[in-house]
Amino acid sequence: MLELKGVHKKFGGLQAVNDVSFTVPAGAIKSVIGPNGAGKTTLFNLIAGTLVPTAGTILFLDQEIQGMKPHQVAAMGLSRTFQNINLFHGMTVLETVMVGRHIRTSAGFLAGMLQLPRARAEEQAIRERSMELLELLGIADFANQEATSLAFGQQRAVEMARALATEPKLLLLDEPAAGLNIYETAEVARFITRIRDMGITVLLVEHDMSLVMDISDEIVVLSFGEKIAEDHPEAIQRNPEVIRIYLGEDEEADLESHAEDTKS
Amino acid sequence: MKSGKYRFMAILIILVIAVHGLTRLTGTQYYLTQLTMSAYYAMVVIGLAVLMGYAGQISIGHAGFFAIGGYLSGALTTHNLLPFRETPVLVLLERLHILQTGQDLYGEQLLTVAPWAACLCGVLTAALIALVLGVPVLKLKGHYLAMATLGFGIIIFQIVMATEYFGEADGISEVPGFVVFPGIAGMGRLVVSGDFSLRVQNYYIAWGMLIIGMYLLLNLIDSRVGRALRAIHGSEEAAAAIGVDTARFKLQVFVLSAVYASLAGVFLTHYNGSIGPSEASIIKSVRYVALVAVGGMANLWGVLIMGFSLTFLSLRGIFGTYDDAVFGTILILVMLFAPDGILSIRARGWLKSGTGGPVDHA
Repeated sequence: MLELKGVHKKFGGLQAVNDVSFTVPAGAIKSVIGPNGAGKTTLFNLIAGTLVPTAGTILFLDQEIQGMKPHQVAAMGLSRTFQNINLFHGMTVLETVMVGRHIRTSAGFLAGMLQLPRARAEEQAIRERSMELLELLGIADFANQEATSLAFGQQRAVEMARALATEPKLLLLDEPAAGLNIYETAEVARFITRIRDMGITVLLVEHDMSLVMDISDEIVVLSFGEKIAEDHPEAIQRNPEVIRIYLGEDEEADLESHAEDTKS
Repeated sequence: MKSGKYRFMAILIILVIAVHGLTRLTGTQYYLTQLTMSAYYAMVVIGLAVLMGYAGQISIGHAGFFAIGGYLSGALTTHNLLPFRETPVLVLLERLHILQTGQDLYGEQLLTVAPWAACLCGVLTAALIALVLGVPVLKLKGHYLAMATLGFGIIIFQIVMATEYFGEADGISEVPGFVVFPGIAGMGRLVVSGDFSLRVQNYYIAWGMLIIGMYLLLNLIDSRVGRALRAIHGSEEAAAAIGVDTARFKLQVFVLSAVYASLAGVFLTHYNGSIGPSEASIIKSVRYVALVAVGGMANLWGVLIMGFSLTFLSLRGIFGTYDDAVFGTILILVMLFAPDGILSIRARGWLKSGTGGPVDHA
């Protein structure tokens, strides 16, 4: 589905991403973890086309996508959410999700201005599909409220619905549980597995260890822009280098106790 | 939402007819002149509102597009081509009925470009310039975009002031009337002209054009493209991430607003029979921005109402010599106290039902 080969990104003298390679197999939930400043979000921006890598190749569906514009990558079936919620100010929840149908529809300026029958039929389909997604995410009641006026967790749900509306093959989720309480986080975890079951591959960047360990098929660990480990969750939890670099020596005990939890 | 749109359209049409009836009953038909002119200026302002209010891209150079349309159409229909009649290009153009013959005020023979062709030329040139200008300029954001479009406005102003073809400081006068549908039987008498006897039909031509223009824009903002434009305004990054080609849509809406401005420029020039450099001035561009702001930015009906009514008052000379100062003051006050526009304070919810969606902030 997605393959990174020797990806580098330099910002001036700072090597934000250094020779990172990994693959995301179709149908998997893959996670990228690492301490703050490890280059996780930079990596996401490289994949989504917001940034261009200094070196290396990124293959999506066997096609090189490095250097492509975000909207082109999105049109190929790669959608994302943002760490800092990035909704459209002034638009309702329903309208926001309807924008997500943009690349799967086609009416242009003239069709819209003249309200051609084709455009009206398409409009109806966009509306229906978007409402379905709102119901799927449990936010249909807020359809006509301004999206930015909702509670934090609901805003994240709107972002998710908007990303799903593009019919992605691969969904990049940038810290979907940031700022959520444990109940909301559990909800997000359930939802991500559900997205996977719908046949959408998921690449997740997350700080919340319980979320990552519970739902990931595979985990990549970044530290100072470099990949230091890539393995199954249980193996990552036992990996001494990961424990040392990512969590610090003192937290070893915490992590091990969590490993016990997940096994039981 | 939809029913609101049609209700407002119906109210507008009834008002236009009622105002005509009122001027007739009270013998105040001289108002029709300014009512006609205000409608054309309102056309510029609603086009700019879609660019600024909905897509979030400012232009302080829209008088430039108005002037490109007006000046080109004015110059092409007044400059005598008779001395060049035998050149192959003109022979071809004449055969294609793109040229027309006539007489000037002193009875001298004239050979000029036909108004419909001149109009087309003016609007297409404005669109083309918007396209060429927009590609680099629309990469800029906020203040930088404002500065760049301001620069464009200054260039156009300097060109018309310094070019003999455009009449320098005097502008162009004796611009002929303009048959709206030359090829269509029965429509031949529909002429855009300041002629006294054509005052009533010109009032309806202007308002007809504004109403159609308004209808098309209302449709647009309710459509897939309109949502994409508002999404770009809301967050360009997020819009791009879900597949909106932000550069392309910004460019297209820039061209669309330039077409609205230049079309108004063409019609108003033929209606007035003249155009002068003040139409290309920065102060005009600033005025259009002020009218969009006071109307509520992302509120087409608000912009239409404010754009029309303030222009009408200005043309009636209500503001006297303080005219430009009034619009400057309005802009400052709006930005300070009601960045969503004056109408936003009370009537916005009501008016919004006609344009769809919640209010967008400036």
